[in-house]
Amino acid sequence: MAYMKRSPWIIHYDGSSCNGCDIEVLACLTPLYDVERFGIINTGNPKHADIFVVTGSVNEQGRQVIRNIYDQMPEPKVVAAFGICACSGGIFRECYNVDGGIDQVIPVDVYIPGCPVRPEQIIDGIVRALGVLEEKLAKMKEDGR
Amino acid sequence: MSKQIVIPFGPQHPVLPEPIHLDLVMEDERVVEALPSIGYVHRGLEKLVEKRDFRDFVYIAERICGICSFIHGMTYCHAVEGVMDLPVPPRANYLRTVWSELSRLHSHLLWLGLMADAMGFESLFMQSWRLREHVLDDMEETTGNRVIQGSCKVGGVRRDISDAKLREIADGLEELRPQLEDLRDVFVRDSSVRHRLGGLGTLTEQQAWELGAVGPVLRACGVANDIRQTGYAAYDELDFTPAVETAGDCWARTAVRAEELFTSIDLIQQAAEKIPEGPIEVKVTGNPKGEFYARSEQPRGEVIHYVKANGTKNLVRFRVRTPTFSNIAPLVVSMKGIELADVPVVVLSIDPCIGCAER
Repeated sequence: MAYMKRSPWIIHYDGSSCNGCDIEVLACLTPLYDVERFGIINTGNPKHADIFVVTGSVNEQGRQVIRNIYDQMPEPKVVAAFGICACSGGIFRECYNVDGGIDQVIPVDVYIPGCPVRPEQIIDGIVRALGVLEEKLAKMKEDGR
Repeated sequence: MSKQIVIPFGPQHPVLPEPIHLDLVMEDERVVEALPSIGYVHRGLEKLVEKRDFRDFVYIAERICGICSFIHGMTYCHAVEGVMDLPVPPRANYLRTVWSELSRLHSHLLWLGLMADAMGFESLFMQSWRLREHVLDDMEETTGNRVIQGSCKVGGVRRDISDAKLREIADGLEELRPQLEDLRDVFVRDSSVRHRLGGLGTLTEQQAWELGAVGPVLRACGVANDIRQTGYAAYDELDFTPAVETAGDCWARTAVRAEELFTSIDLIQQAAEKIPEGPIEVKVTGNPKGEFYARSEQPRGEVIHYVKANGTKNLVRFRVRTPTFSNIAPLVVSMKGIELADVPVVVLSIDPCIGCAER
C-alpha cells in the first residue's frame, strides 16, 4: 500500500438508507476487510473527519443534518455517496419523501453505485476519495491557504 | 428535587448507526423521561405499491430494511399469495425457511457485535462480526448477494439450492457451533458483561405485554411468544422451542438472542434433512383481489404485512407494522431511571432498526 500516503478518517451518516449499505460500511471495519489496519477510522466527530460517507437518499428532515455535518468538517473534505440511493435516489426515487441523491444538498466527489454496495466497492471508493483529497490539498497549497 | 435539563441524543451520534432522535429529560445523571422523535429515514415506500407491479414490489419490500431483508420480502410474498390463494410448493417453503434462518443468524451476530461495541467490549464486537462473515458467505454462495438477496418471489423462490449445498451449509454451521458457543458464553457468563447489562432497563412481564413488546424483548420477560410457532413457510414441520429468559433486563435480551443462534442452526440442519424434492415456484396468473394479513418472526420480533388489492396489477394499499415500532414504547418505559452513560446500551437492547420502523 505504498501509494496510500494518508490515513483518512471517515464520518458516516445514514440519509434514509435501508441499512443494507450501512452494515456493509461497518463490515469494512471488521476483521475480514479491516480497513482500520490502514488507519481508516470511523469517527463520530465531523471536526475529525476527512471523508464524509453518506448512504441513502435525502429527505426533508435529513437535509439540514447532512448540511450541518458537511459544514462542520474542516477543509480539505471529500464527500462520497455510497449506494445507488445516495447517488440518485435509486429504487426509492419515486417515493414522496425522497428528494433524490445527496448531490441535491452538498457537492459529491465520489459516486459508488450498488444496491447494496459491496465492501470491496466501499474500499475502492475510499481509495478514490483519497485521490480527490490529495488533489484538493494540492489546490489549497497552490492557493497559498 | 434537582433541576431538570434536556439533553438531545441523535440523530447523528457516535453510537447510533442510524438516525433517531431522543430528548432525554435528565435529573443529574438520571433519565426522568425519554421522548423519541423519528422521521429521518422515512421514505414513504408503502405508497409505491400504487406505481409498481405487485410482482416487482418484492424488490422494494426487501429494501424496507437491509438487515432483515429476506424476511420482509418473504412476508410480502406470503401476503400476496394469501390474497391470490397460491399454493407454494413445499420445496420453496423449505428454502424460504433456510434463508430466513440464515438472515436471523446474520442479524443476531450483527446485533451482538453492536451491543458489545456499545458496552465498550471492542474485541467481542470484532469476534461477532468475524463469525457473521461465515453466514454471509453462505448467503452469497446460494443467492449471489451478501445482504439483500432478491431470492424470494411471489409464488415461490427464484433459485434452488442443491441438496449437496444444503448439506454443506448444515455441516459448515456445525463447525461454526463451538465458536458460537464460546461467543455466547462470553455474553451470558462473563462477569463484566453481566455487571454492565444485569438489572438495566428492566421490564416486567406485565409491562412488556401491555406495551406491546415483540420478539426477543418480550421473550426476555418470560413470554414464550414466537410467530414461527404459527407454522408459516416450513416451520410447522420443524421442531423448535423459543428461547425464553425471565429477568426482563438488557442481559436477558442478550441471552435470548445468543440462544436463538443455536435454534437457527438446528432449524437449518433439520430443513436440510427434511427438504422434499419438487418444483420451486408456481406460475402466477391474473391479478390479486382481496386483502390479507401475513405475520412472520423477524430477528427483531413480529412483523405484519397487510395488502389490499382490487384486481389490477397495482395493489391498493400496503401496510407494514415492524417490530422496532412496537418496541419503541417498551424502550421509552425501560429508560426511566437509568443513567446517561447507559442510554446507548438500553437503546440498542431492543435492536432498533429505524429503516424498518420508518420505511
